[in-house]
Amino acid sequence: MTASTAARPAATAPAPRSGGRFARFWSDTAVLTRRNLTHAVRSPAEPLLALLVPLMMVLLFGFVFGNVMAAEGTGGTPEQFREYLMPGMFVMAMLYSVAATAGGVALDVDKAVMGRFRSMPMAPSALLAARSAADLVRALPEIAVLIACGLLIGWEWTEGWDRALAAVGLLLLFRFAMTWVGILLGVLAPNPNVVGLIVYPLAFPLGVLSTMFTPPALMPEVLGRIAEWNPISAVIDAARVLFGNPRIVGDSWVADHPLPMALAWSGAIILLCAPLAVRRFRRLSR
Amino acid sequence: MGTTPDLAVSAEGLVKSYGATRALDHLDLAVPAGTVMGLLGPNGAGKTTAVEILATLRRADAGRAVVAGHDAAREPERVRERIGLTGQYAAVDEILTGRENLVMFARLSGLGAATARRRADDLLERFDLTAAAGRPAGRYSGGMRRRLDLAASLTLDPAVLFLDEPTTGLDPRSRNGVWRAVRDLVGAGTTVLLTTQYLEEADRLADRMAVIDSGRVIAEGTAEQLKSTVGGDRVDVVVEEAADLEPAAAVLARVCGTAPRTDPEERRVSAPVAAADRIAALTGVVRGLDAAGLRATDIGVRRPTLDDVFLGLTGRTGADREGAARPAAPAPAPAGQGAAA
Repeated sequence: MTASTAARPAATAPAPRSGGRFARFWSDTAVLTRRNLTHAVRSPAEPLLALLVPLMMVLLFGFVFGNVMAAEGTGGTPEQFREYLMPGMFVMAMLYSVAATAGGVALDVDKAVMGRFRSMPMAPSALLAARSAADLVRALPEIAVLIACGLLIGWEWTEGWDRALAAVGLLLLFRFAMTWVGILLGVLAPNPNVVGLIVYPLAFPLGVLSTMFTPPALMPEVLGRIAEWNPISAVIDAARVLFGNPRIVGDSWVADHPLPMALAWSGAIILLCAPLAVRRFRRLSR
Repeated sequence: MGTTPDLAVSAEGLVKSYGATRALDHLDLAVPAGTVMGLLGPNGAGKTTAVEILATLRRADAGRAVVAGHDAAREPERVRERIGLTGQYAAVDEILTGRENLVMFARLSGLGAATARRRADDLLERFDLTAAAGRPAGRYSGGMRRRLDLAASLTLDPAVLFLDEPTTGLDPRSRNGVWRAVRDLVGAGTTVLLTTQYLEEADRLADRMAVIDSGRVIAEGTAEQLKSTVGGDRVDVVVEEAADLEPAAAVLARVCGTAPRTDPEERRVSAPVAAADRIAALTGVVRGLDAAGLRATDIGVRRPTLDDVFLGLTGRTGADREGAARPAAPAPAPAGQGAAA
């Protein structure tokens, strides 16, 4: 190399470490997860909103609708209804986070920096895995704030710390599954603006047609059947079991076994969405 | 591999279509190692698509591309280890600082954490960005962002550097800075493939150029070779009144002894002249115009520029950046930033 006139005497680039594909994938994912979290910290409007919306929901459903629903539904008190409601609110927060994930991915895919990432000797799937990991980290304060809010309005867990932590673990697993749904929607969306239009009409009926607010037994036959088999119901009821909150047990096998169903549904969603998302991402702009 | 070893980039018969629009139509290109190749062409000619295929961002529908010794379609990972890419839009993270950007790209290139930090500092200093290293790249000026982008492309000292319109939208001073950096790299042995719409840029940086239009190479050679294809020197006269065009043309025809061309829109008359006679012809034209009482606003001897080459080859000027002069082609819907150009 001849000396360049550019300030420094031709600093030769260091050679990249050799490493297995797997090691590179993890290291790339860690680097990009940090990037995504830095984004969240430096432009905190969207993450803060993600914290506030579930709180609003809790107050809205717990107090505005609480009395009506308690009177009509379970025949219990508003306090009991709020205990019944809280696990549903946790899951709703995890479910609606799909919009944030999908929006973030759709925005990222459109950015010029994506061209640089793609032209670098890195694992392309690390970009998606990092989005999933960062959103999972973001779920921690979301859950913490909801727990604090729940405790303030009289909700509590009754089966001990270990079961409560297991419930949080289950919520995180579900959120992990939801990040992959969001990533898939994000890479499928023709542009970032349509993401909200796709996500909310999907998430709203999924949430309402579950055991979130109403036991399936109180719904019309067909809707009750759908609610019973709804993956959201399985996760909500599994959280109720682990937190030791009241739940209204149905008469079918799925209603009796929410925990295995919740794990199976989450696993199935991940196994379906993650490979599809990675495949689609690799083929983007070919 | 069947490739000449001293070719850093070779493309054979590259074809790429977006729906009904054929962006590349059997494009052939050969860039010897250690040289700068300028890829010239109007918007929509296929320059960016060609770069994207060579940089493994897209796959060609047909044809073969070998970059730094590896097939771009079959061994994209190997190619990515040896190339750098600076696109039309600064491909840096706007929220991260300049240093964070370079560290991130270095880590993603496979450098360890400490090495990556050292490399980032080297590059910041080399591109005069040390003072701005702690500011988010989104708040950089256009020139600084482009320098950061260029620095990011050099993380691993690429064997081949792709520069896709590296100075579009930059002010002249920033443009000079980018040019200097590119010349330094070439001095250090890097092969550069440069696309540009600025003929001056190609003239200054490139050893050889390929003019592409409608997805294929329509001319290739050194700047001198290309210029010689459109003929020699000319005497140009711009008159004040449109009515003076004809008499001025008569003067030129008499003095130069060649058939003049008139351009009513610019009120310009020009006639070819032999290189040896240029100054004599110029003096003769000045006297002739004066004697005929014609007022000129500009008189000069011109050597052909790459603009003339462009115009001669494509029927458009290089500055015609909107591509609006394209008669038949219906404007394709710009699907994403990569689909056009």
